[in-house]
Amino acid sequence: MHEYSIVASLIDRVQQEANAHGGTRVHRLHVQIGELSGVEIDLLKTAFETFRERTICDGAELAIDTVAPAWACASCERTVERGAILRCEACGRPARMTQGDEIILQRIEMEAPNV
Amino acid sequence: MCETCGCGDPEIVPIEIQERILSDNDAHAVHNRSHFEGLGLLAINLMGSPGAGKTAVLEATAKAAGERLKLGAVSGDLATDRDADRLNASGIVSSTITTGSACHLDARLVHRALHQFPSNDRDIFFIENVGNLVCPAIYDLGQAANVVTLSVTEGEDKPLKYPVMFQKADLVLLTKVDLIPHLDFDVAAVEDAVARVMPAAKMLKVSAKTGEGIDAWLQWLEERRPAPVERPAKGHSHEHPHEHN
Repeated sequence: MHEYSIVASLIDRVQQEANAHGGTRVHRLHVQIGELSGVEIDLLKTAFETFRERTICDGAELAIDTVAPAWACASCERTVERGAILRCEACGRPARMTQGDEIILQRIEMEAPNV
Repeated sequence: MCETCGCGDPEIVPIEIQERILSDNDAHAVHNRSHFEGLGLLAINLMGSPGAGKTAVLEATAKAAGERLKLGAVSGDLATDRDADRLNASGIVSSTITTGSACHLDARLVHRALHQFPSNDRDIFFIENVGNLVCPAIYDLGQAANVVTLSVTEGEDKPLKYPVMFQKADLVLLTKVDLIPHLDFDVAAVEDAVARVMPAAKMLKVSAKTGEGIDAWLQWLEERRPAPVERPAKGHSHEHPHEHN
């Protein structure tokens, strides 16, 4: 259950931004979570709802944008399908994940008089 | 509009961040990596489920390496020092990182352990992660390579069930292969599964019990060792933005 530690890092980061901008109340956080990031969306939501209480994120909404994984050949850019052997059919090189492992805080919407 | 005083609704401003949520862990990992590089040692993050044979593989590695390589290890353990005790007995200088209820090691825990580690003079340093095929995969610890142990008793489908762990692996060690004659285990099926989740798929078959494959594993490690450096007898060779106790 590493989702709790991810939420702890998330709330710390939001608190830093609130300090920097004189933020008082956070309304919404936008995060991007890849389907192959190792983060379980439901657990992340539960962890956020538990941990946000009495923090700068109390009452805030967590908007999660999930990202499907994709692979492509690193040299010829040919797409390699999910579930296939992760090697380029044309040139035989190992495929590179182009998306799907994101664990990113994109944007914070907060009441911040100093911005 | 507020009906009492007439003030406007609070202004909500968007603040763009676009940063990894684990950026704090990543910063510690960068620091650990420079520590390892400064000492000219190869750091390996060894992961796998509980009982996959991580400690046994390291014991066999120490036995096969003999005096040739100086090995070190920190072992993540929820509650005991058993792994570090076993490794010390096998000749690997070891200490425990007690994680309590935490299911994985993070870069900060490893950093703290490095400061208390008794020896700077190691060639290969293993970070034996907490037994778990899920959580450890997402934390960079500053290692040069991720190695995942998968024992033949766990079944061929584990790479497909835990794709994140295998996606991040630089090498899979298929362990306990001495048991294969007693099992319905299909090596070709696990090789296929690994190739569907691990881009540069590489798997070595090993047995800590018989020693099979341990030489190939040692060779894999040797090929990744960095060029030797002048090691400080004590202290640190790299910049430290933080205070040490």
